[in-house]
Amino acid sequence: MASTWIQRRQQVEREDLVMFINACLSCTGQREFYDDAWGQKLSLDFLHDYILGNYRLLYTRTLAAGINHFNQSQIILKLLATGQHIRPEHREEEGALIAASLNALPPQRAWKVLEQIRKRRINNRRTRAITRDYITQHQQRLDFDAVKYRSKVRAIATHNHLKLPGEVGSFLFRNWPQRFETSLFEQFRKAYYSQDAIYDLPFTVAEGLAAKHQIPRDRFLARIEAQMTQAEKVRMLQSTEHDHKSKLTVDLKRTPITKLALYCLSLSIQDRQERHAELTKALEHSAQAALHRAPLRLEKVATVLDCSYSSSGSNEKRRRPLGVALAVHYLLQAASADYQAFWTSSVSDPLLVQSRGQTDIATPLLDALDTNPDIVVILSDGWENDPPNGASEVLRVFRNHIDPSISILHCNPVFNADDFSVQALSPAIPTVGLRDAEDLPTVLGFAQFADGQSSLTDLEHYLKVRVQQFLATFHLNHGS
Amino acid sequence: MAPKAPLLNTISLKGIEIAPSQVWGAIRIVPLLRRQVRGDLRLAKRTYDDDLTVVSLQGKPLDKGLKYISYVPHGLVPFWNEEGQPVAAKGSQLVADGQRFHSGPVSVRVLSRMAKREARNQLRFLPLHLAMEGFLSLFFSGPDIAWSEYSKQALSQGLSPRTEWSVSGHAIQGLADALRVFEIHEHQVGMLLFVSEALASAFITPTPEDYRLLHHSLLQDFYGELLYQYGLYGGTVPIQTHVDETKVETLADLRDAISSLRQDWADFQGLMASDLLQRPVESKRIYTAGPFTLQRFITDLKLKAENHIGEAIVRNDGQLEYLKTYRLSAGQARRTYLLSQLAAQGWHLERTALSMGEPLENFIYRLEKAGFGYLINNQVREQAQKARRCD
Repeated sequence: MASTWIQRRQQVEREDLVMFINACLSCTGQREFYDDAWGQKLSLDFLHDYILGNYRLLYTRTLAAGINHFNQSQIILKLLATGQHIRPEHREEEGALIAASLNALPPQRAWKVLEQIRKRRINNRRTRAITRDYITQHQQRLDFDAVKYRSKVRAIATHNHLKLPGEVGSFLFRNWPQRFETSLFEQFRKAYYSQDAIYDLPFTVAEGLAAKHQIPRDRFLARIEAQMTQAEKVRMLQSTEHDHKSKLTVDLKRTPITKLALYCLSLSIQDRQERHAELTKALEHSAQAALHRAPLRLEKVATVLDCSYSSSGSNEKRRRPLGVALAVHYLLQAASADYQAFWTSSVSDPLLVQSRGQTDIATPLLDALDTNPDIVVILSDGWENDPPNGASEVLRVFRNHIDPSISILHCNPVFNADDFSVQALSPAIPTVGLRDAEDLPTVLGFAQFADGQSSLTDLEHYLKVRVQQFLATFHLNHGS
Repeated sequence: MAPKAPLLNTISLKGIEIAPSQVWGAIRIVPLLRRQVRGDLRLAKRTYDDDLTVVSLQGKPLDKGLKYISYVPHGLVPFWNEEGQPVAAKGSQLVADGQRFHSGPVSVRVLSRMAKREARNQLRFLPLHLAMEGFLSLFFSGPDIAWSEYSKQALSQGLSPRTEWSVSGHAIQGLADALRVFEIHEHQVGMLLFVSEALASAFITPTPEDYRLLHHSLLQDFYGELLYQYGLYGGTVPIQTHVDETKVETLADLRDAISSLRQDWADFQGLMASDLLQRPVESKRIYTAGPFTLQRFITDLKLKAENHIGEAIVRNDGQLEYLKTYRLSAGQARRTYLLSQLAAQGWHLERTALSMGEPLENFIYRLEKAGFGYLINNQVREQAQKARRCD
């Protein structure tokens, strides 16, 4: 009796954790095709609180599981806010993980986390120490960050009573001298008073000052181009205010593959046809670069990719599911020896794909299984309607009665707020969340826990190993 | 001269496939597909955006005569080619349609006729209002013999003014979202709309391109008040479909099983709509345009079943090119039923009560409850009330 009780408890714990990690892989609290942003945020927030309250150690270790930045930020904030519940033996590991994750976050996100600490009125010794350490470790780029994230750095310094080094303090708190020693501060000071000086500043900083000086948007955009970063250029190309006559010089090959796929999808069909060779080459190059960072080698792969109307996402995540599908297509093509893709509607050229039509996963899935591959990857939001339950029945019958040896994996880029999880096509196969195609190698590693075959101990071990690897790279980079 | 299209006896979906449904909340939308599209008839929407529309049914628009008054969000403009060549889609807004009058913040449009030819190959009609006008005008002239039981108004003006009310699609909970998340099929030309598994409307257009443009117009259409209630309180029944795994040995078997699953969906959903698709209808020709006929229809009235009215454009080989239906609410069906019973007995109250097997005072009470009290002489009403009290 006791053993079944323990087994049952372990099963529940494993299911909870898998659900949570899946949510953390896919959800960003933004509006989706079927759900609104409020529902997504509410659902995810509850899930965070639930896991934090019940499994604090595993909640902390999820930081190292390759989850997305939004959820990393949420976990850091929730852990810092509830420091009193920590067990003494876990204190050191938790502190190290928080510091390492905060450092690994892109600067804009890390500064936002620190600013949120103030907004959520979190104030304790550990939090202040972590903030202080973050600033000490980013000493060399603090000048730049102080200009680019002025309000955030100012708020953080106020909240934590920090002494800022050099001229940063006097810059942020408007104790401006006649002339700054630091060149960036001096540029900003000049730009604050003079229109012509703004073009030496980073794009986003100059953008605010341009509005202050009432410079017309088109004139501003024409002159600021040299100061834009790669990502800003790609974003500008995608936006509607982009003037098609001006030529932004972007090196597409350096763009991460999911972002690049989303950029390609933002172009009209005609543009995509005209620039076909260039875009294909960039996508292939970007896929190789992603594989270089996270190696993945597969033999015979077939993919089932959803390009139905629901893959158009929402106005907050425009065409995201389709973009992930396209990126996965190029990534797996580069990673496997023998590759075939099957889209939900007939697609002659993947670059020209559009989100249109109903979701018929059963037919492409049957086509994919016909090719007798080693692994089938299904990328879909889990809603199918032609016929409803079609793919689910195919998977059930195929797994149980025809061939259980082929491994089939369902990757879902959309978090379903109603059941706190990514929607599964069928319980017969593992379902995992996937926000960026680049995470595919991580997700493939995690997938073994999602289908319910492995035990809680295995999952705990997996997380422990990930934590060790994660902390090792952090210590390697920071030499502490 | 090509033969005229036949009048509809039943609504048959010849040449149209039923595809598996998509569900959102209490709304179930069943796509209808047409594989062979001829393209010689196109349909465009013309938006009116006036607070009130007055349609003159007789005589000149601003003269005295019979008028139909309602909120009309849009009209439909079919254009066609008589030789069967495909016609290109074109704008429907070019023509100034009717006259507009402004009074403060309110604008009123006065239109001439429900269906009006605008050019050699172009017509304009008001969707659903055409059917509703036909429905309102049933037995409109009132008693043809001056029985003394009727009021002066009934004898001199008939049923005028005859009114009915219904709710906009915006009021049906979840319909806006259901239409937004609906994934339109490649060959889709129409849909069957169910609210809480009750057929609310059927909609068919000539081509898939037209359907795509008219998909969201279903939100502006009007629906019976019953469907509003269904939207609030109802839900859909989950339909489970399974493949029988004992009959599946290979992948090819599985493929067959899935295609039979699809067929099951089509058959079952056809069955769900059987109160429209398998009912005899009575139809009336409104306009003949080349090989096409615009007609309106009403299913035979049954108090215990769904009753629909609607309009259709039928090709001369009997194919449905356009269809739009409205489900009558229970009250609307009841009113028409009472009128039809009266008309069948030559508007004689006692004979009608006898034929329906109930005392006269009960029948008069039913008429009053249905909103037809104004047709009956006040003295007769009082007598009936007294008789009911004595019972």
